[in-house]
Amino acid sequence: MSKVRVLVGTRKGAFILTSDGKRDNWQVDGPHFSGWEMYHLKASPADPNRIYASQTSGWFGQIIQRSDDGGKTWHQPGTPPGAPPEPGPPKAASNKFVYDTSAETGKPLTTHQFYDGTQHPWEFKRVWHLEPSLTDPNSVYAGVEDAAIFRSTDGGENWHELPGLRGHGTGPKWQPGAGGMCLHTVIIDPANPQRIWIAISAAGAFRTDDGGKSWKPINRGLRSQYIPDPNAEVGHCVHHIAMNPKRPGVLFMQKHWDVMRSDDAGDNWKEVSGNLPTDFGFVIDVHAHEPETIYVVPIKSDGEHFVHEGKLRVYRSKSGGNEWEALTKGLPQKDCYVNVLRDAMAVDSLDTCGVYFGTTGGQVYCSADAGDSWNPIVRDLPAVLSVEVQTLA
Amino acid sequence: MIRVVLPHHLRTLAHVGGEVELDIVGPITQRSVLDALEARYPMLRGAIRDHSTLQRRAFLRFFACQEDLSHESPDAPLPEEVASGKEPFIVIGAIAGG
Repeated sequence: MSKVRVLVGTRKGAFILTSDGKRDNWQVDGPHFSGWEMYHLKASPADPNRIYASQTSGWFGQIIQRSDDGGKTWHQPGTPPGAPPEPGPPKAASNKFVYDTSAETGKPLTTHQFYDGTQHPWEFKRVWHLEPSLTDPNSVYAGVEDAAIFRSTDGGENWHELPGLRGHGTGPKWQPGAGGMCLHTVIIDPANPQRIWIAISAAGAFRTDDGGKSWKPINRGLRSQYIPDPNAEVGHCVHHIAMNPKRPGVLFMQKHWDVMRSDDAGDNWKEVSGNLPTDFGFVIDVHAHEPETIYVVPIKSDGEHFVHEGKLRVYRSKSGGNEWEALTKGLPQKDCYVNVLRDAMAVDSLDTCGVYFGTTGGQVYCSADAGDSWNPIVRDLPAVLSVEVQTLA
Repeated sequence: MIRVVLPHHLRTLAHVGGEVELDIVGPITQRSVLDALEARYPMLRGAIRDHSTLQRRAFLRFFACQEDLSHESPDAPLPEEVASGKEPFIVIGAIAGG
């Protein structure tokens, strides 16, 4: 029988939630890495037991953790616990993220726009998102703050920047959002592994069609009042992008304000906020089997990062946007003031698509019926930063 | 024998329970102690000092003999009590946040 494994990153550790395909009886395992901010955990589609995790701390910096047994045990790639010390240079540096300033890039970039509008040097802070290759368990991308994309091809032991993104020319116009200048979304095209989409807050969406060598902004149609030219090529605070892997090139975006869609791989965007009560939000996701069914969680405003009217409501559109319905069954509809952060929603691929999200109040909710009804898997975790789901045979 | 006290999270990361003891040949300085520590526990590389610059991470401090040595030169000799093992070299997290 099928199983699901939910990987939850929180402000104070990671949790692994497992259930059979009914999704009504859950085992909660954790905390792993207690006390650390676990920004993101994600498993390799090519090897479900291979899980990568981003463990960070303002005190101690960035750590990459890896499990090769489905989350039972973990180690830092290249430095497994108990390994005897060896003389000489380290075999690996799994937590070493150094921006590429080599001459080969041709135009090493040194500054971006800071909060006050002045130019500021790039400084690595943390890994926001880990995106394993669709085919190779040892290959994985990391989206980092300050915004850049790194890749490892040795299971996370060593990381190298893909400098074409920062170096393509618009970097000095990128600026940090409230959460920092983070690269938070990485989507690999299953039909064309040379094509990757990424998104940065606050710079916008970008795409490579040559495996990461060169990148271009894809923000036509986005409109943002908080930049001098609302239609600028870059500077947009994209919060998240989602794509159904069965329909590559059709993208859905939750921008700071506005829910958007693109039917041409990001070349053009149009707003599909429609009848949403507010179109500010962070998460967006797509049904596993119905590529026109999408989910968002409207948040009241950018100044009030909690749900609208004290009601936790997921909104679903079955028409790819514009017409939205509130999904409330099983969710608190009174005195609720949580947020749902950008990487904290995911779907499984069981026949009746499961939808999952985690809140800053520590609840992780599951709908085993595509959003019609919801149940909390767990109610009292630390603030949830990310949720990913694995559907296991 | 040099004694090093690590904060809780770094002890967890290095899979050690209490103080770390290091044998170091040559001058006993912040740099030589941290080099030896990271050689023995490579998972700590980057967690105390920046990978590239080897600068102390901003929210960490170095104490010994009831003195804050954080802003001393990394190549200055540590107190004799540390070099002799009588007192530990303490890596401690700033109290900010949590």
